[in-house]
Amino acid sequence: MDAAAPRPKENQGEPLPRVDARLKVTGQAHYPADLPAANIAYGALATSSIARGKVTKLRLDDARAVPGLLDIVTYGDMDKVDKPKFGNSGATSIGPLHDRTIFHDGQIIALAVAETFEAAEEAAQLIRAEYEEDRPTASFDSPGTKTVAAAGKSPMFKEDVKAGDFDAAFAAAAVKIDQRYSTPTQHHNPIELFSTTAYWQGDQLVVHEPSQNVTGWKVELARQLKMDPANVRIVSPFIGGAFGSKGPMTPRTAIVAVAAKRLGRPVRCVTSRMQAFGTQTYRAETRHRIRIGAGKDGRITAFAHEGWEVTSRPDLYVVGGTSATGRMYGYGSVLTHVSLVQADRNTPGYMRSPPETPYVYALENAMDEMAVALGMDPVEFRRINEPKTEPIGKKPFSSRSLIQCYDQAAEAFGWARRDPKIGAMRDGDWLIGMGCATAIYPTAVAPCAARVRLTVDGDVRLQCGSHEIGTGVRTVAGQMASERLGVAIDKISVEMGDSSLPPAPVSGGSISTASVCSAVLKACDAIRTKLFAAATAEGGPLAGSHNEEFELADGKIVAKSGASTKVEDVLKAMQVGAIEEYAEFAPKGATPEALKKLYAGTPEFHGGEQDEDSVKYAFGAEFVEVRINRYTKEIRVPRIVGAFAAGRIMNTRTARSQLMGGMIWGIGQALHEATEVDRRYARYVNRDLQDYLVPVNADIKDLQVILVPEIDHAVNPAGVKGLGELGNVGTAAAVASAVYHATGKRIRDLPIRIEQLLA
Amino acid sequence: MRPFVYEQPTDISAAVALASNFTTRDDQPTRANTQFIAGGTNLADHMKLGVAEPNRLLDLNRLEEQKLRHIRVTEDGIRFGALVRMGEAADHREVKERYPVIAESLRLAASGQIRNMASLAGNVLQRTRCEYFRETSWACNKRVPGSGCAAMDGFNRQHAVLGGSDACIATYHGDFAQALIALDAVVLTEGSRGARKIPFAKLHRQPGDTPHIETDLAADEIITAIEVPALPWGRRSLYLKIRDRESYAFALASAAVALDLDGETVREARIALGGVATVPWRASAAEEILQGKKLDDASAGAAADAAFAEAQPRQHNAFKIELGKRTLVRALLETRDMKV
Repeated sequence: MDAAAPRPKENQGEPLPRVDARLKVTGQAHYPADLPAANIAYGALATSSIARGKVTKLRLDDARAVPGLLDIVTYGDMDKVDKPKFGNSGATSIGPLHDRTIFHDGQIIALAVAETFEAAEEAAQLIRAEYEEDRPTASFDSPGTKTVAAAGKSPMFKEDVKAGDFDAAFAAAAVKIDQRYSTPTQHHNPIELFSTTAYWQGDQLVVHEPSQNVTGWKVELARQLKMDPANVRIVSPFIGGAFGSKGPMTPRTAIVAVAAKRLGRPVRCVTSRMQAFGTQTYRAETRHRIRIGAGKDGRITAFAHEGWEVTSRPDLYVVGGTSATGRMYGYGSVLTHVSLVQADRNTPGYMRSPPETPYVYALENAMDEMAVALGMDPVEFRRINEPKTEPIGKKPFSSRSLIQCYDQAAEAFGWARRDPKIGAMRDGDWLIGMGCATAIYPTAVAPCAARVRLTVDGDVRLQCGSHEIGTGVRTVAGQMASERLGVAIDKISVEMGDSSLPPAPVSGGSISTASVCSAVLKACDAIRTKLFAAATAEGGPLAGSHNEEFELADGKIVAKSGASTKVEDVLKAMQVGAIEEYAEFAPKGATPEALKKLYAGTPEFHGGEQDEDSVKYAFGAEFVEVRINRYTKEIRVPRIVGAFAAGRIMNTRTARSQLMGGMIWGIGQALHEATEVDRRYARYVNRDLQDYLVPVNADIKDLQVILVPEIDHAVNPAGVKGLGELGNVGTAAAVASAVYHATGKRIRDLPIRIEQLLA
Repeated sequence: MRPFVYEQPTDISAAVALASNFTTRDDQPTRANTQFIAGGTNLADHMKLGVAEPNRLLDLNRLEEQKLRHIRVTEDGIRFGALVRMGEAADHREVKERYPVIAESLRLAASGQIRNMASLAGNVLQRTRCEYFRETSWACNKRVPGSGCAAMDGFNRQHAVLGGSDACIATYHGDFAQALIALDAVVLTEGSRGARKIPFAKLHRQPGDTPHIETDLAADEIITAIEVPALPWGRRSLYLKIRDRESYAFALASAAVALDLDGETVREARIALGGVATVPWRASAAEEILQGKKLDDASAGAAADAAFAEAQPRQHNAFKIELGKRTLVRALLETRDMKV
């Protein structure tokens, strides 16, 4: 066992290597833009250089003169196609070629299609737009913003949670803080660029595009193109980084499909890194005001969290993290309010732990400030405010291992060695700071279908229209089948990422492992039932025994008594070559419409705080050490420890990898990442990886992930809590806490940079 | 990217003749239709971005003169062939021993992959990383003379506080050049007007009213070598680079420092500043202040104040004045404390 493959503890699965690891590291995994296609043409986008106004004229002559140019799709060419819809399957309602109105910087104004990629790019660069330009509104504080209440604007954000009488409790509190925090615009920047490859086979449209939501896209694309969804197929077997950016479909997909139809040949469009900043979604910038009041004993009596979030003019995207922050601790009274601030920007969207990352950053930074105000150890402060039930609906937690996480992480980190005095810890010219914060992520699950076939040769074929976005879901789904069917993992093939497979929900909200494994479990158990029934039937090899007394292992059905028979022989006796089961899993509490909605690409999410019986969350605790040079103030993170409890861990290797990636991203959010907006023009400035900084290898030194055992049967049949998004929640607050400990400076606006420490 | 002619001249005179044939005396090297390419780590990016649009590239990698590829160490100093790759020079034993400031300036730049491609001559000629320069939809006097400067009142966190003008405040981001200017390096060139020796300090031009004119070179002129004179006390030198992350980022502020000490007293100091100026920046005023003085926090601080006395901040880069001073102070004290 090495660090990458932690030894499984109770309720944790084996650290099997990813089933597709070899394909990926040897370059044999075909990502959507790698698809070889005969007679393919290449598309390149032309995008607006203003953020608000109208395109009065497009000059296309220079572009048309480029040798090899085949077509330009622009205004008028999409009129027979319906506009996109904003929602889980659609990134924006803006139909960029339906309307000459410019809503944001980098909006698509044309697609140039040519024989070569280079010619398409050249032609796209030569498309010249003339604009009637209006003065754009960039962000918070810009003239022209419009502010609306967020509650009810999104099906995922129904209300501003509250409990008790905050005003009275806060007024009466002995110790209180009232502070403001902010987080910047961030873009996902997956290494795999965004792309669409489309081709038509008669009336059938096939689209290869990196997607976290093939079923949703199939339905939404069919709607835009006025087609039967059965004639649309979305293929996305490998995704080179998604993080939410490939969840909703963007308007580009339909435009490329139309281009392929017009030309009668496959068209591929790969967006440039720069163009992705305007044509894809991003994490909205947020502002927060937090008030906390407590007694001198450290018990919180009043908590208020107000949030403001930037969104676009046409679409009300809600970040809305108060649902989680309002339930984090035993607060007594709670008051929350979220507002949307509309500006001339593209529509923001989901980015890894979309609500929790910014909102928990603010909460946990405030908790650290409160601990200082109380003169308490920040871990102790959280321990004191550990709730028995969540404060809003007074429901129990299905499981909550936060304190175990704190204790194990603190022990591994060496928190006891921390001198709480500000600036007391030094190593030569380097100030040392230590900080911590809580991670939380709602545990949700959605309906999912899967097909599993066990053959007489002992091979298993598992099909599920989920998505391997790097999480390892293909591997853990195979592990689930391996365990239930007693078949070695190398005899199992797992097919995902294709809308022609049994539908799975969008791979977002950390639901995939739970949803997919619950469906696979159901399919495998149906196969087991058939096998056991055949084996124990009259005249069968294990006649007379009861089903529940058997296990499947190594291709055999083994009874508790020790009697066994080969699965192969049972199938032969059944006179079949294979058993195939198609299972549809629907979570507890699912509506009668739940499965229909799964096929329609609009799956119901259950869990989190929505269930009647309990609220469901995964928790973690992160500890960070920073070093800050006393002259030049650069901040480095030599050590980070995170302990997380997330129910059943299917595979300790892939679980650790996801949490590690999240923690690294959290360090980036704390210290590096920000999309800069030129406020005069409402345009993004640092649109490439030269200027949009993320951590590099040298920034990450000693990183430890602890998987805290936890058993939770209430969350879903698989007992799994999603952890893909848990790791980057809280990290930035832990860094801010450590920076404060080292310097005495409380940085409330991310990212934390040298200039803030020099000021 | 536009179609272009690609040629591989086989010796320096052929390269110069080709360049001379396809350019005129008034052509700026960065704007000429015919341009030289070596490592390509900067120019190829700019061609993809539409920032540079040459229709003919002269690839210097096939030039047969072997001196272009050698690092020669003599009693007179070190001579770097123009085509030596950054990585080779950074790893060169005698460079590391005699001029740590050179080796470190190279090692702390770019990534391993880029250092293995980029030539030394190309490195010193790298163009600014100003975001508004690199994207053609913005106004930029350097890219399109007379079009304006979007950075001046835009997002200018990384921009220069020294050597700017009303037309341009784009930072020169190179690291190696700071070591070279501090060490009084000389650049050897060949062109249609013959061979020249240019003091490194005269190679780059401040933007003034003509930010598109970046160097003293003609469009048909090739750097063939960079010479660094012998400096017996060059062992006491270092390059300190302060940036937002640990590696693979441009300097917010940097300092190249070499010190000749008599005990704790400075006989001579060489100081250059990176990340804060429009061109490689020798801090002569700071050097003068230190001469004959005991090097301590106070004198280092006075030198730093002098180095930034003329600094002009804009909205987002004002911190660079304080950071630049602190970087220099720290570099001076660390150089003083070096065991050599």
